[in-house]
Amino acid sequence: MATVSRIPIPTRDISEPTFRKDKGGVHEGVYPGNKEFTQGDRIKRPINQGRGQGRRASDSGEGDDEFAFEISQDEYLDLLFDDLELPNLKKNQLRKMTRSKTVRAGFTNDGVPTNINIVRSLRSALSRRVAMGAQPRRQLHELEAELEALEQQVGGDESRRLELQQEMEALRGRIRRIPFIDTFDLRFNNFVQRPEPTAQAVMFCLMDVSGSMDQETKDVARRFYILLYLFLTRSYRDVDVVYIRHHTQAREVDEEEFFYSRETGGTVVSSALELTRDIIAQRYPPSDWNIYAAQASDGDNWNDDSPRCEQLLAKDLLPQLRYYAYVEITRRDHQGLWEHYARLLDSHDNFAMQQIREQVDIYPVFREFFRKHAQ
Amino acid sequence: MREPISTGAEWTFELIEQYHAEIAAIAEDFQLDTYPNQIELISAEQMLDAYASIGMPIGYSHWSFGKHFISNEQQYRRGRMGLAYEIVINSNPCIAYLMEENTMMMQALVIAHACFGHNSFFKGNYLFRTWTDAEAIIDYLVFAKGYISECEERYGIEEVENLLDSCHALQNHGVDRYKRPNPVSMREERERLEEREAYLQSQVNDLWLKTVPQKDAEEEARQPNFPEEPQENILYFIEKNAPLLEPWQREVVRIVRKIGQYFYPQRQTQVMNVGWACFWHYHLINELYDRGRLTDGFMLEFIQSHTNVVAQPDFDSEYYSGINPYALGYAMMTDIKRICVDPDEEDCKWFPEIAGSDWQQTLDFAMRNFKDESLISQYLSPRLIRKFKLFSILDDDEQSELEVTSIHNDAGYRNIRQALSNQYNLSMNEPNIQVYNVDIRGDRSLTLRNVPHNRAPLADTREEVLKHLRRLWGFDVRLETIGADGEITSTEECAA
Repeated sequence: MATVSRIPIPTRDISEPTFRKDKGGVHEGVYPGNKEFTQGDRIKRPINQGRGQGRRASDSGEGDDEFAFEISQDEYLDLLFDDLELPNLKKNQLRKMTRSKTVRAGFTNDGVPTNINIVRSLRSALSRRVAMGAQPRRQLHELEAELEALEQQVGGDESRRLELQQEMEALRGRIRRIPFIDTFDLRFNNFVQRPEPTAQAVMFCLMDVSGSMDQETKDVARRFYILLYLFLTRSYRDVDVVYIRHHTQAREVDEEEFFYSRETGGTVVSSALELTRDIIAQRYPPSDWNIYAAQASDGDNWNDDSPRCEQLLAKDLLPQLRYYAYVEITRRDHQGLWEHYARLLDSHDNFAMQQIREQVDIYPVFREFFRKHAQ
Repeated sequence: MREPISTGAEWTFELIEQYHAEIAAIAEDFQLDTYPNQIELISAEQMLDAYASIGMPIGYSHWSFGKHFISNEQQYRRGRMGLAYEIVINSNPCIAYLMEENTMMMQALVIAHACFGHNSFFKGNYLFRTWTDAEAIIDYLVFAKGYISECEERYGIEEVENLLDSCHALQNHGVDRYKRPNPVSMREERERLEEREAYLQSQVNDLWLKTVPQKDAEEEARQPNFPEEPQENILYFIEKNAPLLEPWQREVVRIVRKIGQYFYPQRQTQVMNVGWACFWHYHLINELYDRGRLTDGFMLEFIQSHTNVVAQPDFDSEYYSGINPYALGYAMMTDIKRICVDPDEEDCKWFPEIAGSDWQQTLDFAMRNFKDESLISQYLSPRLIRKFKLFSILDDDEQSELEVTSIHNDAGYRNIRQALSNQYNLSMNEPNIQVYNVDIRGDRSLTLRNVPHNRAPLADTREEVLKHLRRLWGFDVRLETIGADGEITSTEECAA
């Protein structure tokens, strides 16, 4: 007899629950510093005394933990994009022209005056002075001791005394002449030029703005694009973003217009693909740029146009692109475009498509796109 | 003629040793019985570390310690929290951590406070003697750390972490807190009585058996509970009886229970412990001054620190955050000495047995044989109630207003003393939850019973705790709440 039962499992978070008393019931507390109360006085219950707030310490000795964990944006993104990678990164993506970056690399014994490290220089000067003065100082102490012994003797050897004093003077001179700082002591901050592979990336955002795309769908698309942008900036310092919107005609627009202005009309997806192709040809030669493209659509397309899209992608775009991601934002069944695109999946490993039904799907779908593939 | 040990504010290790030796000599004159001292000087960072590991020098790994470290560190960084000047560990030798940024005066104060005050308290107080083993604690912690990391290697970090999470949720319920040696005669008396009654009953039953056919069903319904008597030590019960736990899991439960038990006395002797330590740092340092070993500047700095520590803001002050245990404890210890040395008429009436007695013996007795709750109900004098201007307020959630039940006058002394004592009574402040029954012939579900004190409800966190308990027990868990009339008022289940 198999029964399905759900076993309650404690939440895995940073709360540390214990059995403890809540406010309520009868409680008699003692407080110090009575000024005006006498026995039997009745006082209105303070309004802000609610559940464990206010300054009054709770009698159980346990208040709510005020605990916040701070992480930087980078750390957050690290977590967010943990285990994800940009697919199809190839060695040749590195542009021939490399940029270099100046980084600290410890300390060195020679350099230009602007780089003198004062603390280290003085420290080594001090140790040199201690080291060089050690022997004369020790001799000096010995002589001092001898001189003292001599002076205690009544009628000590006068000539020896003079000799001692002269020797001591000479030793003091030697100690004095130890230079305070020497070129030998100087330490310089060391900087080296570390070559930084620079790679440039451009991201094409393609979106259908025909009448069927409502604001909610656009919002989902926008979130997806933001996620993609953040992800790309993890790998590339500067990412160019090109916004292309289309209905029956495609147009390159700015971010504001891309996400917020509304248009109506039919849908010809190929117009956007053509425009992308043209922009790549004009401005982003694939030899210099890593090109990514993402297309968001509710799946509508003019029927005769879908085969053309498939062709455009296969022939013109995909060979030039690092990655092309297509998201269909719809709750309905797949539309014609999906079926044509699906044919590309087998022959092109830099092409991927997913469906987003509602907002909560965005992140899982995103992860699916960029999941690390075991090599 | 003054011959101060030191004059500057800077401390050195030699000076610390010298102060320690001088204070030790005085402490011996006062007959303070202590463990040997081990003093460690640490940085602020290390102090935060010690905070997080509940003041212990070593502990097993668990994320909650890191959490406490971060929250302390953040508060400290933002200046919302000062660090304690010292942490002292109930071990033999008694380990005291001193902060390296303290001045020489502060180090001396801390040595007197921790290395002689707290130290002698740990060694003398009955709760510490009963519940903790100062000789073995460090070794036990070393064992615990090793054992738990071994388990992590063998069974996986997540597995161990889940188990520790669940144990920590119940750590406060790992002590037999109500178990006290019963007066034997009384129990024997009752047993004899019961025997007699049982005999009479058997005679009666015999009659009925022979005349009326008896059904077994009734007997089955009266199956004895398991455990026979309710158990307040939930973790112990789990350790011994949870059906599905592996042996290593039982050992981990035991480790958490043992460590919880180790801190049990500390929670019950806050006022006494710090009061005793403050009393002695005050007396030891003053004696050192009287012997001409301290400068006037040292003393002024000392008095300022001491006064800050034992200050009690009024309830309406913006600095008020409850009764300061240092203030109350110090005042009580000082007051007991005063009653012994210089009793007035009121003291003779209230404390006839100690008024005029030897103060050292009396204080020593008080330190050894009481906890916060009983010390207050035994020794809180009317004079102190007047000094603190204590008053008590009754907060009944069925009434729209609060009532001032007593103030510092003849009619109120006893009630205030009782109310204050209750405030430190753990069994009134912590929920009374006991293992009531296990359905051993059925679904093996575990039933707990919560008897609320003064109708105080359990906080919402109980649901999570029940889940943790269910994880440990392995079968369904039920929490019944008992109303004032002994009826079950509510039942919560954590069931599959």
